Amino acid sequence: MKLAFWRRGQRNEELQEEIQAHLLFAEREALETGMMKKEAHHRARREFGNVAVAEEVTRDMWGGRWLLDFLQDVRYALRTFRQRLGFVAVALLTLALGIGATTVMFSLVNGVLLKPLPYPQPNRLVAVNGRTDGWNSKIYGEQKLAYLDFLDCQRKSHSLDMAALVYQSGTLSAPGDPKYVDYFEISPELFSVLRVPLALGRAFLPEEDKIGTTPVAILGYSFWQRRFGGKADVLGSSIVLEQKHYTIVGVAPAGFKLYGDEPEVYAPLGQDPAGYLHNRQAQPAHVVGRLKPGATLVQAQEEIALTGSQLAQAFPDTNKGRSLLVKRLQPPVGDVGSTLWLLLGAVGLVLLIACVNVASLMLARAVSRERELAMRVALGASRGRLVRQCLTESALLGIAGGLLGVMLATVGLNPFVKFWPGDLPRVEEVQVDWRVLLFAVGVSVLSGLLFGMAPAWRAPVREVEKILRAGARTMAGSSRRLHSAFVTSEIALAIVLLIAAGMLGRALLHASSLDPGINIRSLLVMRVGLSPATLADPARIPAGWQDLLDRARRVPGVESVTAVDIVPMRQGNNQVGYSTSADISQKEKLPVVLASSATPDYLKVMGIPLLEGRFFDDHDRLGSEPVIVVDDVLAQSAFGRQDALGKSLWIPEMPCPQPNGNKFVECSAPYKVIGVVRHVRYWGLAGDDQALVRAQLYYPFAQVAPPFLTRWSQLMSIAVRTSVPPLTVVEPLRKELRGATGDQVLYQVHTMQELAHDSLALQSFLLLLFGVFATLAVVLACIGIYGVLAYLTGQRVPEIGLRMALGASPTTVMWLVLRQSLGIILLGIGIGTAFALATGRAMERLVEGMQPISLSTFAVTIPFLVLAAMVASYLPARRASRVDPMNALRQE
Amino acid sequence: MASRKERYQNRTEILQGTLDLLILQTLQWAPRHGYALSKAIRTNSGEILKVDTGSLYPALHRLERKGWIASEWKRSEVGPRLRIYSLTQKGKRQLMSERSRWERLTAAIAGILNPAEKENVP
Repeated sequence: MKLAFWRRGQRNEELQEEIQAHLLFAEREALETGMMKKEAHHRARREFGNVAVAEEVTRDMWGGRWLLDFLQDVRYALRTFRQRLGFVAVALLTLALGIGATTVMFSLVNGVLLKPLPYPQPNRLVAVNGRTDGWNSKIYGEQKLAYLDFLDCQRKSHSLDMAALVYQSGTLSAPGDPKYVDYFEISPELFSVLRVPLALGRAFLPEEDKIGTTPVAILGYSFWQRRFGGKADVLGSSIVLEQKHYTIVGVAPAGFKLYGDEPEVYAPLGQDPAGYLHNRQAQPAHVVGRLKPGATLVQAQEEIALTGSQLAQAFPDTNKGRSLLVKRLQPPVGDVGSTLWLLLGAVGLVLLIACVNVASLMLARAVSRERELAMRVALGASRGRLVRQCLTESALLGIAGGLLGVMLATVGLNPFVKFWPGDLPRVEEVQVDWRVLLFAVGVSVLSGLLFGMAPAWRAPVREVEKILRAGARTMAGSSRRLHSAFVTSEIALAIVLLIAAGMLGRALLHASSLDPGINIRSLLVMRVGLSPATLADPARIPAGWQDLLDRARRVPGVESVTAVDIVPMRQGNNQVGYSTSADISQKEKLPVVLASSATPDYLKVMGIPLLEGRFFDDHDRLGSEPVIVVDDVLAQSAFGRQDALGKSLWIPEMPCPQPNGNKFVECSAPYKVIGVVRHVRYWGLAGDDQALVRAQLYYPFAQVAPPFLTRWSQLMSIAVRTSVPPLTVVEPLRKELRGATGDQVLYQVHTMQELAHDSLALQSFLLLLFGVFATLAVVLACIGIYGVLAYLTGQRVPEIGLRMALGASPTTVMWLVLRQSLGIILLGIGIGTAFALATGRAMERLVEGMQPISLSTFAVTIPFLVLAAMVASYLPARRASRVDPMNALRQE
Repeated sequence: MASRKERYQNRTEILQGTLDLLILQTLQWAPRHGYALSKAIRTNSGEILKVDTGSLYPALHRLERKGWIASEWKRSEVGPRLRIYSLTQKGKRQLMSERSRWERLTAAIAGILNPAEKENVP
């Protein structure tokens, strides 16, 4: 068929030759019957019928006709485009922007949310989690597993190959300067379960997974590159981590990260004798698994669930009510998904507006070409043929716009990703790949069809004679309605984006005006790793902290300093249930409070106002009465209108401050409330109002029982109030805090102002983007209104001329045009507002700190849009008012 | 013009099965060019069937595309080059099945037109 298609010219000639021969024979035969030559010629032709039609029908039999038509349409479209460069430029630019922006957002959605995990056969990978009956699932969600539970599951499972991973951090003291690092303790199967080959060396062996065996380590790839220059002879050398000498046996593959960031070091989980790994109370282990060949997800689920219930029976003290769940392993992306979908939606609206704009441009063109099209119908073109031609034009525009858009997206993707506030999870997966290209092509073609549909649908088939007779000036009512519908929908879409931007702006204004509850100026917070030697001996820890705080106080520019385990706006987290009576039957149903341990200077350093009573002092220590300080939120929710001072709270989950206790003992004795302080916006400026746990209490670090001091100390931060710009004291502090052994390190250093600002980063980012989108939408909508009105007014020139000839003043005429546009605009606003209300509710759910949609948002945005739209209508209206009646009427 | 074109196509459709059969059958005896073919059909049918030329060439080209007939150009001694159509092997098979189909059809129609005869059939 292809061949036939390319030989078309030749075949055409042959067909003509064939038919000519036929006619010749017919003519000869007629001559033989004695006819005159001329008569015979005519008769042969008459008998044959319409030669052109016969030829055309015959050509149809050859096949490939559609391709020929298509090429003809393309040539025709390109020719018309050349004549209308202005129109094409505007349309292409609009589309390229719309498609480019949509493609960028989709690249993010694709990379972060849609792409499978970068391991072989990712759909066979699962995660195992626990769920405990009666626990508040909103707050606790699903838990990880106890290490012992993991070992039992692993031993019993026939359907899963399993591995566990525990997040750790500690001081790496050699080689090089001491550094606080993240490391993973892993079971030896991790790399084989994920099927990732090590970059160098070997994975851990099963016999290395036991307490007391030789410590071995695997290095993270980036850490290997940074610290060891990527040298292969690193195998066999050693590192000192938390005072233990590890022999390096391998290097993890580049970019390997399962949860959060790439760790610096991996160590064997089974070698760690820590208590929390060897009871079933704590659940520190991430567990991943791979379905064994032939096993199904359902089998694995049933099997693990069974093991879970057996464990619950065997160990009722710790495992009662806890069930184990198997789910497909998902990339750990947190809650960034809602933001991404929100932005993709917003960008989609912009693209829709762009499409509507191009559609109205094309429609205006189609209407002015109505006579031409009617003529073609009269000459035998079928409706399908005309529709196909219109769609070819728009598809060409769509694809060209898409190409430009993809180019824009490729250029703009990286800057945009860098611009993203905070860390975008899986950012290394964000790139323009085949999925993105497929999406872009799909969107381009779809847009092309979308804006090509209207003109195509209007292709004239009926009343051809009427159109031909009427001339180009008059226009059908349906087209006017269609034009108005375009403008209406543009306004509606623009309103949705404007309202969304307005809501974000209001939320941001509101949040920045909130009192964080602390004095964020001249305040520096940082994590600090105590010397590993001190940490190893709980008896030395209090003195270690005292020494550290004393050293910090000596640094010039430091006014006061405190140690605290969780820092506002950084969302460290320790939540415990509390009760106002000693009768605690259902521990899990208790209301929850954020508990934070601090040293006596905490209030002074943070600038938190004391409302009643006192804060702790040096007399509150082990052995003295257990005391707490509550914030006004807790005072209100626990004690209502009563005075909180002197009251008691029972907090079973907090370890009892016993001087000599070596085990976790639930406190039967209550904590006495000695003071009430102002609430701190712990969850950030935007997020705190909607946070699940807002109530706060403070307890003295000095009353933490010795067995917990090591763990607590690993979590502590220090906060420093300065009399000089806070960042200038960082280096002196770093030097001074090294300590006597020189291995105490500062890390995660931030000013509180920075943290407060970061807590609004996502909202500011969204506001900026929505602001840009909304502006774009309004500009596009205004261009659309201008174009449509100019066109509609142009069509009405004779009518306006007549009105003016009959005595209408220019002002009346101007109002005539403005009234028309105002009607369209108001309709658009009405429809848009309905959608905006729905969008607003979705935004409240998706974005932290959003206020319910308010009248003031509408009051600001709608007049703005109306004004912009009226400005766009003004020019056509003025032009209409200057119509010269004589000229206009002569046109008729 | 569109309507006229449709009319031609419609007529082709009505005649299609029959016209194909007639063309294949006529070519079975000897290869012919288009005019000779139409003339042969006319003469053989006793001047009753007159092939519409508007349908003839589309039908010939369609049958050629299906591979039932083949064509070649030949110089004629009387003047222009002529396109001569001949039956292919595939065309012969097609002719057989078309013929039996046609015979079944005519038998069936005859049965309806003469019900008495049909009852006599054991």
